[in-house]
Amino acid sequence: MTTAAATAGERTAKAKPATMAQALGRALRDSMADDPSVHVLGEDVGTLGGVFRITDGLAKEFGDERCTDTPLAEAGILGAAVGMAMYGLRPVVEMQFDAFAYPAFEQLISHVAKMRNRTGGAMPLPITVRVPYGGGIGGVEHHSDSSEAYYMATPGLHVVTPATVDDAYGLLRASIASDDPVVFLEPKRLYWSKADWSPQAPAAVEPIGRAVVRRQGRSATLITYGPSLPVCMEAAEAAVEEGWDLEVVDLRSLVPFDDETVAASVRRTGRAVVVHESTGFGGPGGEIAARITERCFHHLEAPVLRVAGFDIPYPPPMQERHHLPGVDRVLDAVARLQWEAEH
Amino acid sequence: MTVQELPGAAAYRPTPPPAWKPLTDPAPLLPDPEPYRVLGTDAVADADPELLLRLYAELVRGRRYNAQATALTKQGRLAVYPSSTGQEACEVAAALVLEERDWLFPSYRDTLAAVARGLDPVEALTLLRGDRHTGYDPREHRIAPLCTPLATQLPHAVGLAHAARLKGDDVVALAMVGDGGTSEGDFHEALNFAAVWRAPVVFLVQNNGFAISVPLAKQTAAPSLAHKAVGYGMPGRLVDGNDAAAVHQVLSEAVARARSGGGPTLVEAVTYRMDAHTNADDATRYRGDSEVEAWRDHDPVRILERELTGRGLLGDEGIEEARVAAEQMAAGLRDRMNADPVLDPMDLFAHVYAEQTTQLREQAARLRVELDAENDQHDQHGTDDRGAGR
Ligand SMILES: Cc1ncc(C[n+]2csc(CCOP(=O)(O)OP(=O)(O)O)c2C)c(N)n1
Repeated sequence: MTTAAATAGERTAKAKPATMAQALGRALRDSMADDPSVHVLGEDVGTLGGVFRITDGLAKEFGDERCTDTPLAEAGILGAAVGMAMYGLRPVVEMQFDAFAYPAFEQLISHVAKMRNRTGGAMPLPITVRVPYGGGIGGVEHHSDSSEAYYMATPGLHVVTPATVDDAYGLLRASIASDDPVVFLEPKRLYWSKADWSPQAPAAVEPIGRAVVRRQGRSATLITYGPSLPVCMEAAEAAVEEGWDLEVVDLRSLVPFDDETVAASVRRTGRAVVVHESTGFGGPGGEIAARITERCFHHLEAPVLRVAGFDIPYPPPMQERHHLPGVDRVLDAVARLQWEAEH
Repeated sequence: MTVQELPGAAAYRPTPPPAWKPLTDPAPLLPDPEPYRVLGTDAVADADPELLLRLYAELVRGRRYNAQATALTKQGRLAVYPSSTGQEACEVAAALVLEERDWLFPSYRDTLAAVARGLDPVEALTLLRGDRHTGYDPREHRIAPLCTPLATQLPHAVGLAHAARLKGDDVVALAMVGDGGTSEGDFHEALNFAAVWRAPVVFLVQNNGFAISVPLAKQTAAPSLAHKAVGYGMPGRLVDGNDAAAVHQVLSEAVARARSGGGPTLVEAVTYRMDAHTNADDATRYRGDSEVEAWRDHDPVRILERELTGRGLLGDEGIEEARVAAEQMAAGLRDRMNADPVLDPMDLFAHVYAEQTTQLREQAARLRVELDAENDQHDQHGTDDRGAGR
C-alpha cells in the first residue's frame, strides 16, 4: 500500500486543514491507484465528481471506465456491481442520497448481503456502498434519512460510519479492501468538518469493527457514532460545568459491534446514554441499550437511556432542529441518569 | 450571457433545439411479427444435422429430468420443483450456445439449462431440496445461483459482462427470465444498462404464457415482449420457443453479436408451460385442458423428432438410444436423491462474513452446546433402546 500509516511526526509536519469530503475522495483515489480492480460507479460520479464532490477528479485520473456515470437507476447500479464483483472487480457504488438508496434495497438485501452465504462461501462480494446519510444540512424531503437500522438488520452486511476526517479515510480504505460488502454511511453534515491532515501521509487504515473512546470520563458514557459525535463531544464539554465527567465512545462500526469497548466503558462509568439521529423506536439505540443491559447489568446504576430523533418522518428543513438530538437533549438525559441513580 | 443582459422579449425565448433525430433507426431493431422457425421450413436445410441430433438427445434427457424431479417432490425428496416441461428447447439451447468461458444467469425455473450446461444434476437441485441455497461454485461452472427474486439476476449479468469486457475477455453472459419477470423494475434497469454500456449480454425471455396464474395479456400491453427491446436501443427477436433449432440459431446470432462488440439483444421465445407452475400449483384454476392440448402437437421434443425422422437422420434405434440414456440419468438422479444429505449445522455461521463477528461466534457457541446436548440425549436413548431390546 502506498499510504502506509503515517507517524504522528510525519503527519503534523505537512498537516493542513482538510475536510472529511477530501479525505473520502483521497481514500477512493488511493484505493484505485493501489488496486486496478477498484471501480467507482454511480450517478454523476464522473465529470461532476458527485453532488458532494467526493469523487472529484477520479474520472480524469483513472478514466470513465474506472469511474463511471451510470444511468439513473439505483437497483441497476447495485445489481451491475454484483455482476462486476462476481467477475473479480471491487465496485464502490455511490448512492446519491440516503433516501434514494431504497430502490436498491432488493439488490442489497437479497443478493449483496447473501451471496457469500448462499454460495457456501464460494462467491464473496467485495462491494462498498457509499451512502451519504442523516440531516442537519437543510435538505428538503428525502435528503436527510438515517437508514442505518435497516442495514444493521441485514446479516451479511458490514455497516460503518466515520465521524472524523481520519476515520473517513481509514475506514473507507478498509471497507474497499474488505472481501465482504460494506454499507459505508457518510454523515453528510460532517462532509465539511475539518481536521489537520496531511495529504502526503494520510491516516492509518482503520480495521472495521473497533469502537474508540474519544473522551475519557467517569460519570457516564455517551455512546454515539457519525453525525452525533460532535454533539456528544460538545455536550461532554458543557457537562463539566455541572460537575459531570462524561466519557464518549464513537462506535465507528455498527456491524460488527464492538461489545468489548462499549461494555468496558459502561462498567467503568455505570451509566450510559445512546445518542443518534435516527428514530428511536426500532432504531439502533434499542439494540445497543439491550446489549449493554445484558453485559453490564450489575454495573449499571441507572437504566440505559436513548436520545434519538423523534419517531416521525424526517421533518422539513425549517423544523429539523427540533428533531435532531442536540446538546441540551443529551445533557437532559444525563441529568435523568443522575436522578435515576439517586431515587 | 445571463437572461437579464439579453435585449427585449426574445430574451425569454430559448433558442430552438437542433433538429431532433433518433440515435438509431428503430426498424432493424424491431422483431418480426411472426416467431422465427426453422423446423418444418426451408431454413432447416441449413441446419447442422449433428447439432439437431445433439439437441434432440438433450431434449429427451431434459424431459426425463423434469419428470423425475417432479416425481421426487411426490416422494418428499424435493421441497418443490418448477418444471420446465414444454420449455426444454429454450433451456437446452440456452446452455448449448454458450462457450465454456461464458456465463449463464438462470432463474429458479432454469435448473435444466444448468444441467444441460454440464452441472451435476444433484448439485442443481440442492436449492429445491432445501439443503443448500446454491449447491455449486458459480465460478467453477460459470453459472450464477438459480435466482428466485424475479429479474434481479439480470443486472448481475450486465455487470459481469461489462466487467469481462473491461478486462478484455470476450465473455458473453446469457440471462434467462420469465414473461412475468419482464414487468419488474430490474428488467428495465438491466436492459437499459446493457444497451447504454453495450454490454455483451443476451436476455432470453421464456414467454410460457403465464406468471403463475396471470396470463400475458394482464402482464403487458406491448405487441410482444421482444418489442420492449427497441425502446432501449437494442434488437428484439421473436422466436418459436418450442423449435430447438430456431432458438439455438437466434441465440447463437445474439451471442456472436455480443461477443464481437455489437451489444445486447433481447430474445423472446414463445413457448408454453405444460405442467403447473410448480408441483404445488393447481393449473386447472386458470387454464383449460383444450388450451394445453392445443400445444401438445407443437411439443418441442415431438417436432424435432418428427423433423429428424422425416429427414432420415433418426431411426427407431436412435430414439431408443436417447431414451435409454435419459433413463440412466433419471435412475442415477433418483438413487442419489434418495440418500439424505449430510449437513453440518455449524455451517450456518460459516459463510455470513469472511471472518465471523464476535456476535456470530457467541451464537455459534450456543448452537454447539445445543447440538452436543442433543447428541448426548441421542446416545442416552440409543443405550436405553438397546437395553430394552435385551
Ligand atoms: C420479486 C418477486 N415477486 C414475486 C415472486 C413470486 N413468484 C414466483 S414465480 C412467479 C411468477 C413468475 O412468472 P414468470 O416470470 O412468467 O416465470 P415462469 O414462472 O412462467 O417461468 C411469482 C409471482 C418472486 N419470486 N419474486
